[in-house]
Amino acid sequence: MLRYTVLRLLGAVPTLLLLVTLAFFLIRAAPGGPFDAEKALPPEIEANLRAAYHLDEPLVQQFVRYVGNLTRGDFGPSFQYRDYTVTELIATGLPVSFRLGLAAMLLAVLGGVAAGTFAAMRRNRPADHAVMAMAMTGISIPNFVLAPVLILLFAVHLGWLPAGGLGGPAHMVLPVIALALPQIAWIARITRGSMTEVLSSDFIRAARAKGLSDSEVVIRHALRPAMIPVVSYLGPATAAVLTGSVVVEEIFGLPGIGRYFVQGALNRDYTLVMGVVVFYGAVIIALNFLVDLGYAVLDPKVRY
Amino acid sequence: MPGAVPGPLAGEDAIENAAQGGLFRDAARRLRANRAARASALILIALTVLVIVGPWLSPHAYDATDWDAISQPPTLAGQHYFGTDPLGRDLFSRTLVGGRISLLVGIAATLVSLLIGVTWGATAGYLGGRADHVMMRIVDILYALPFMFFVILLMVLFGRHLVLIFLAIGAINWLDMARIVRGQTLALKHREFVEAAEAMGASRRRVLRRHILPNLVGVVAVYATLTVPQVILVESFLSFLGLGVQEPMTSWGALVNEGAEQMESAPWMLIFPALFLSVTLFCFNFLGDGLRDALDPRSD
Repeated sequence: MLRYTVLRLLGAVPTLLLLVTLAFFLIRAAPGGPFDAEKALPPEIEANLRAAYHLDEPLVQQFVRYVGNLTRGDFGPSFQYRDYTVTELIATGLPVSFRLGLAAMLLAVLGGVAAGTFAAMRRNRPADHAVMAMAMTGISIPNFVLAPVLILLFAVHLGWLPAGGLGGPAHMVLPVIALALPQIAWIARITRGSMTEVLSSDFIRAARAKGLSDSEVVIRHALRPAMIPVVSYLGPATAAVLTGSVVVEEIFGLPGIGRYFVQGALNRDYTLVMGVVVFYGAVIIALNFLVDLGYAVLDPKVRY
Repeated sequence: MPGAVPGPLAGEDAIENAAQGGLFRDAARRLRANRAARASALILIALTVLVIVGPWLSPHAYDATDWDAISQPPTLAGQHYFGTDPLGRDLFSRTLVGGRISLLVGIAATLVSLLIGVTWGATAGYLGGRADHVMMRIVDILYALPFMFFVILLMVLFGRHLVLIFLAIGAINWLDMARIVRGQTLALKHREFVEAAEAMGASRRRVLRRHILPNLVGVVAVYATLTVPQVILVESFLSFLGLGVQEPMTSWGALVNEGAEQMESAPWMLIFPALFLSVTLFCFNFLGDGLRDALDPRSD
């Protein structure tokens, strides 16, 4: 187990390096620069600015400098928000995005597993068909459609919840739902599939023969093996939630990392965009690593 | 060389084709019996026809401004069936023209991902050994990248060219396809008809083209059908952020974005494009599920 953990951690290094390299050179290959303005800057000032941000050095040297700084957790200064470093900007956005993402993932897993298990226990009956039709609707409605519709319904017409902005827990309800619903639907489909398979296996028949009730069979015996495909979906689910949070933060006016990303992209704020891509990339890679370790806990056949 | 011995090879093909014909006949029968999938296919055909023909039949061009009908609710008078936007542009025409872009991107980008994914997966699976290991390791590494952010980056950096949108979206969606195709190819490689063809001296390329690829059609069709809605979703997502096609051209994502801004005063601007987008995604997903069930022999 320790050996595997170390190997996997080492394996994450090339992925991270590829991520940084791709992002760095893509941005430098783009036309236009961070100092493009309506009025051209005097050449001396522009030269000074370029020197201050090391943009006058050869590309390779800039790259080495950037990677070196990254290893110290320094994402460099933001080009657009002049007095802030990217690390500071990410740190400001992180609490909002983290709360939003974590709440959405928890809701997605709990809701999805519950709905999927419910459907599997009533396989091919009306309740099953109803849940699966709802799940199909859930994966077919993008969260940028869902979010405005939720605002229209619950904030504008019914006036139950605030339409946006940062505030108490009530402000998080609609964004979390908008972010979680498509993932609830995916997880429900995956759970139903694996639960159906597990419920038809021999050891479950044995458990039933012992006289356990349906819910006892599910909770004590079927849930754990049925969760394995769900756990493997957590990696892609996190990626989807992080991406989705970009639009959800934009629609609900939440000052999270996603909003900085969109603003930074539109303003050609190289270091900010890079910082967010690398940061989210690292989060996704770290989560995939945890997911792999999670298999060992759930599946007794997996031994590292 | 294979051409020099037509008899046995042709015979081998015939046996295989007979078995495959039966599989596809069964699948077609199961698909026809699936009412949800059949309805989805019909709706998609109707939508495609409407999107292609509709804008010509509409009395208003998608980019023409009607100053007498600004932000008009849906009405049959004046023939703005879906209403108009704040510039007085007809939403019916815009929704259909936007649908052309969304469907076009969906299909073109799926073809790109199909081409890369099937080639990559089939090659890795058939070659096996070290080549397979290296190729799939590359897929694993790419899998861990936050691709959506790269596509946003690409759109921001290199402008909003339609072809770039196909390529960028197609290039990020081939990984699943490659994994599925590789798995299927590995399974096929050890089947008797492949071993027979190899024993008769068919070249690797011929075995791959003549025996492996045709047997992948079912799996590939299922995942292609399920890729189309994902791709339409990505395009709409980009358009929603203002990174898709440029004004006055539009797509469903861009229309939903405009609608979301006006939703309190002109909810029809949100409702119609959102409905078209969701129904399309819904039907593609249902059809893909139906195809998968139909091609699964266990489902009888």
